[in-house]
Amino acid sequence: MKTLDALFAQVRAEDRAALIGYLPAGYPTVAESKELLAAMLDGGCDLVEVGVPYSDPVMDGPTIQAAADTALRNGFRLRETFDVVQSVTDHGGHAVVMTYWNPVHHYGVDAFARDLIAAGGHGLITPDLIPDEAEEWLDVSEKHALDRIFLVAPSSSEERIARTVKASSGFVYATAVMGVTGARESVGAGAAELVRRTRAHTELPIGVGLGVRSGEQAAEVASFADAVIVGSAFVTAAKEGAGAVRALAEELAGGVRRKSGHATVAP
Amino acid sequence: MTERQRNPHDPDERGHFGPYGGRFMPEALIGALDELAAEYDKAQRDPAFVEEFTRLLRDYANRPSLLTEAPRFAEHAGGARIFLKREDLNHTGSHKINNVLGQALLTKRMGKKRVIAETGAGQHGVATATACALMGLECTVYMGQVDTERQALNVARMNLLGAEVIPVKTGSRTLKDAINEALRDWVTNVDTTHYLLGTAAGAHPFPMMVRNFHTVIGEETRRQILEKAGRLPDAVAACVGGGSNAIGIFHGFIDDPDVRLVGFEPGGHGIASGEHGATLSEGTPGVLHGARSYLLQDDDGQTIEAYSISAGLDYPGVGPEHAWLKDTGRAEYRSVTDDEAMDAFQLLSRTEGIIPAIESAHALAGALVLGRELGQDGLIVVNLSGRGDKDMDTAAKHFGYVEDS
Ligand SMILES: Cc1ncc(COP(=O)(O)O)c(C=O)c1O
Repeated sequence: MKTLDALFAQVRAEDRAALIGYLPAGYPTVAESKELLAAMLDGGCDLVEVGVPYSDPVMDGPTIQAAADTALRNGFRLRETFDVVQSVTDHGGHAVVMTYWNPVHHYGVDAFARDLIAAGGHGLITPDLIPDEAEEWLDVSEKHALDRIFLVAPSSSEERIARTVKASSGFVYATAVMGVTGARESVGAGAAELVRRTRAHTELPIGVGLGVRSGEQAAEVASFADAVIVGSAFVTAAKEGAGAVRALAEELAGGVRRKSGHATVAP
Repeated sequence: MTERQRNPHDPDERGHFGPYGGRFMPEALIGALDELAAEYDKAQRDPAFVEEFTRLLRDYANRPSLLTEAPRFAEHAGGARIFLKREDLNHTGSHKINNVLGQALLTKRMGKKRVIAETGAGQHGVATATACALMGLECTVYMGQVDTERQALNVARMNLLGAEVIPVKTGSRTLKDAINEALRDWVTNVDTTHYLLGTAAGAHPFPMMVRNFHTVIGEETRRQILEKAGRLPDAVAACVGGGSNAIGIFHGFIDDPDVRLVGFEPGGHGIASGEHGATLSEGTPGVLHGARSYLLQDDDGQTIEAYSISAGLDYPGVGPEHAWLKDTGRAEYRSVTDDEAMDAFQLLSRTEGIIPAIESAHALAGALVLGRELGQDGLIVVNLSGRGDKDMDTAAKHFGYVEDS
């Protein structure tokens, strides 16, 4: 069994949702990003997404854009992604890498996969790569036994959801709302509906992202999803340091164990 | 005719020109791209749509545009004859109106009420604001803050036409970042909004569709040059930003193997300076804004900011069909520096009384070189993609007509 399958099986056995936290590698510096990710793990994240800072992050709102910009201006180099993943592995945690496609394309898909495996990473989340264009990545990920986390959106047709989950492994990333990343007041009932539609096509765990920032929201999402994905809120917390990141992770980890949202989110 | 005749130069079903093109886009936008592709496919087979588009081009945009010989300018080109395809005489002053009218009609067919667009020089923004005023659509234009300053006159025009102009303050604050911001808006408002992309780049179906709305340039040019010169040209020259005016005129001649298709990219301060936008000449294959094509990128696949004196050409990507035409050898791509373009800009103004857009001046500078290579019997058509009124500020500073502030 691949690692992510085992991880989600264990979370399921505990009758709760998983907590997945995102932070960009190299933000604000490579060394500090390792500390921040460690704090995320210490606070109770089951899995971390190590983001690759990219010059043209079209799926990201102002918070993550600014963080990527800071990382790049502080001299972040792509190969340092693997150092950061290694630090997560060394800390006893689990990491996947979230990246726009061009850095991987340019590095070489096979080389990227090899270096990711060597650092203990489990797979890639690819926000601007759809299975239709992923031929090479499908082959390479198969060869290296890496997980491929593709995204589904509220606008995805049934046919596209079916095709996307078929190409996915590890888990499926459901973007809760139409829009870019950023913490939001409410996650919206659309998320539950998207999870329901996706569930009809797959046994894979479904993670919901875009907008979650509090323990209460995490509990709400945990009531219908297998994993709660938190990004911008962690980036905002990171500005205050590792303590704030750890505190947020603890709050969210409490949330995914509460499932108090059952009644408030109608599917 | 029930099936539109397949153009042998069309991409495959999924928008690939050889290894280029495709859809490297968030899943959230794939539904909208599918809807657009389906609507465009239906529209181009619908005589009512084709007729309405043709009528607007003729009665609103002033097509066909003239083909004007430029003999006094050509004296500086080794004696070759040079003709100018006068896209500058179109309503709103550039070729951009062709594509905009087509996509605005599609927006209405799709029942969408809001249009967003990116703009560099402001020409595409002005054309979009114009079509939206004509058709009663709400219009928001994203424009890099650097460009809102370089092209202040066009910002005022867009405002007058009722469009909202949003200065983009991220990244290089030019065209590339305006596209990023427009994509973020689109993914948030895709139900109600059409993204009216201004060049033959981006995800499928944009490169093919934008090209097809501009092929009228090449079709007219071919007819006109045969009439005026009695033969096909030796070379067709066009400037290349994202590639729309070039692909439009190239397609009139793409099946004439003896006609050289030459695209001129912005060489900025010179290739050696590293400050340029010569994507096809100097870039490598990569993925940006939804398609695989040539790209200016660093060792880590981060986009390198392009530079050009011309706000409409400083884009680090290029449409995927140009990448394919380069690799297959059907078209050639060269670069022209700021200074060479500005010299041609002034030369055309003083020899022919035509002030070109600085973008188009890159093609003119290229034609001067091509003419000297071709010699006495050479025959060249230049796509004069736009007029230069918008560039007076830049020109006045460049030539020292006013104090550089
Ligand atoms: C007059 C003119 N020519 C050319 C261009 C470059 O665009 P493209 O390469 O799509 O023709 C622009 C873009 O703003 C323009 O305004």
